[in-house]
Amino acid sequence: MEIVIEAEGIRKRYGDHEALRGVDLSVPAGTLLGLLGPNGAGKTTTVRVLATLLEADEGRASVAGYDVRTQPREVRRRIGLTGQYAALDERLTGRENLQLIGVLHRLGRRGAKTRADVLLDRLDLGQVAARPVKTYSGGTRRRLDLAASLIADPKVLFLDEPTTGLDPTSRLILWDMIREQLAAGVTVLMTTQYLEEADQLADRIAVIDGGRVIADGTSDELKAKVGGERLEVTVQDDAAIPAAVTALREVTAMEPAVERNGRVLSVSLRDQLKTVAEAASALDAAQVRPIGFAVRRPSLDDVFLALTGGTTGKEG
Amino acid sequence: MELVSDVSALFGRHMRHLARIPEKLLSVTLMPVAYVIVFGVLFGSAISVPGSDYRSYLMAGIFTQMMLTNVGNTALGVAGDLDNGVVDRFRSLPMSRSAVLIGRTLSDVALAVIACVAMAVVGYLIGWRVHQGIPKAIAGFGILLLLGYAMSWLGALIGLLARSAEAVNSIAFMLVMPLTFLSNAFIPLDGLPGWLRLLCEWNPVSAVVAACRELFGNTSTGTGKSALPVQYPIPLSLALIALLLAIVVPAAVGAYRKAAAR
Repeated sequence: MEIVIEAEGIRKRYGDHEALRGVDLSVPAGTLLGLLGPNGAGKTTTVRVLATLLEADEGRASVAGYDVRTQPREVRRRIGLTGQYAALDERLTGRENLQLIGVLHRLGRRGAKTRADVLLDRLDLGQVAARPVKTYSGGTRRRLDLAASLIADPKVLFLDEPTTGLDPTSRLILWDMIREQLAAGVTVLMTTQYLEEADQLADRIAVIDGGRVIADGTSDELKAKVGGERLEVTVQDDAAIPAAVTALREVTAMEPAVERNGRVLSVSLRDQLKTVAEAASALDAAQVRPIGFAVRRPSLDDVFLALTGGTTGKEG
Repeated sequence: MELVSDVSALFGRHMRHLARIPEKLLSVTLMPVAYVIVFGVLFGSAISVPGSDYRSYLMAGIFTQMMLTNVGNTALGVAGDLDNGVVDRFRSLPMSRSAVLIGRTLSDVALAVIACVAMAVVGYLIGWRVHQGIPKAIAGFGILLLLGYAMSWLGALIGLLARSAEAVNSIAFMLVMPLTFLSNAFIPLDGLPGWLRLLCEWNPVSAVVAACRELFGNTSTGTGKSALPVQYPIPLSLALIALLLAIVVPAAVGAYRKAAAR
């Protein structure tokens, strides 16, 4: 499959601080790579290098087949960038903003006007198009910002935390817009702090921390890395814990993890249905009356915390 | 050709701002008018200079002072664009690298033209006249606008380096204040102590003011014995402005390229 965004060993240093310490990425055509990481992990720096805003100290990157260092103009013709804040001219109207960017994208005055109208219509911004951007709500601003990055029909879209600070409805609208772009064959690199967002949209996820990609794969692959499904049993009081531990150990032949505060015991499940049934009867036989009994899939939160060195409190 | 289309699109953006930002419109109409009235009428009635009436003598100084305000105007605009991410967006577009700054500085000069017209009208009403003919007067305004253009580029550089409105304001003030007042803009330099007079005469602002006075025919008959810039103000003000542009334009374009590298 054609690789549209590729980075090898990207390093970037600011004084003493090494923001990127050898980032490798590759994004196949028409897919979305979610770049997931905490604040300061290097997400934005990575996007800025790939979008030609920032020159890396070391390493090589190409976007849509062009080298970001030696052919930045060619790269810029083919990308759309939506930064963390909506980069719009507050005093101009929505339509004027889009037209300006269209002209600067060399669509010509008439071309820019036509394209602006198409996008305003498609992103449901027709009603506010004649109002200055400073009167817009946060969600509307982000939509216009996305429209601005789509003005020249980019092959590659960089979205840097596109939904940070948005209310849930605006977030869902933006997600749909991103899905439309993917369906149209656009290749997307999206940074996010929201695991759910990556889970929802990304074909593959790269977890970045301390300027380095520490894991990548599909959402399922990453979840598998921290273990499969677990059975969680919550008991009513501390006195019940030893009996519950014994019962679960007998059934699964493993030492259950105990989280004392919540009085939660957990074991990983191999043979789901059988183990669940046996655990239930073993607990019953031991006269343990659990107040919670649930099968839990690892969330991306678990993956994230496990990988970035945080503790979930549930590791056995 | 691409540069022209980029610059004209950005120029259009700034002209729209003029209509939408009331304080911007005021700063190119009411403020220059206030300058003329405050300096021209108030000071002009209280002070006299040999060989000319002080009001007429002052006009070139007031015009020049107005051109210096371009430092702050341009710097604030550039810092604002940096701050809200507009510069990032522009830099991600396949446009000419210098277009953003050229569009910005040209439009700030266009605003200076409006200010000059407003000041000239009010100046005329309070008795200011040009005595060397219209072509020379126009040449005088040409030098003023060149100075304004250079000041805009200097402002662009300051805006790119300082980044915040507060810093921009104080830097612009600290730069423009001495440039304005350590010059012949408001006072004849004849009475100053030698060292201060030399300093003021080599201030490029003095050359521009002296050039305008000469072209407008508003000169005073001073004691002579002046430093070069004031003796040959027209060629030297042009040379000093050219020198300033030659330094500041590449520096600002370079700073623009690096500005978003954070």
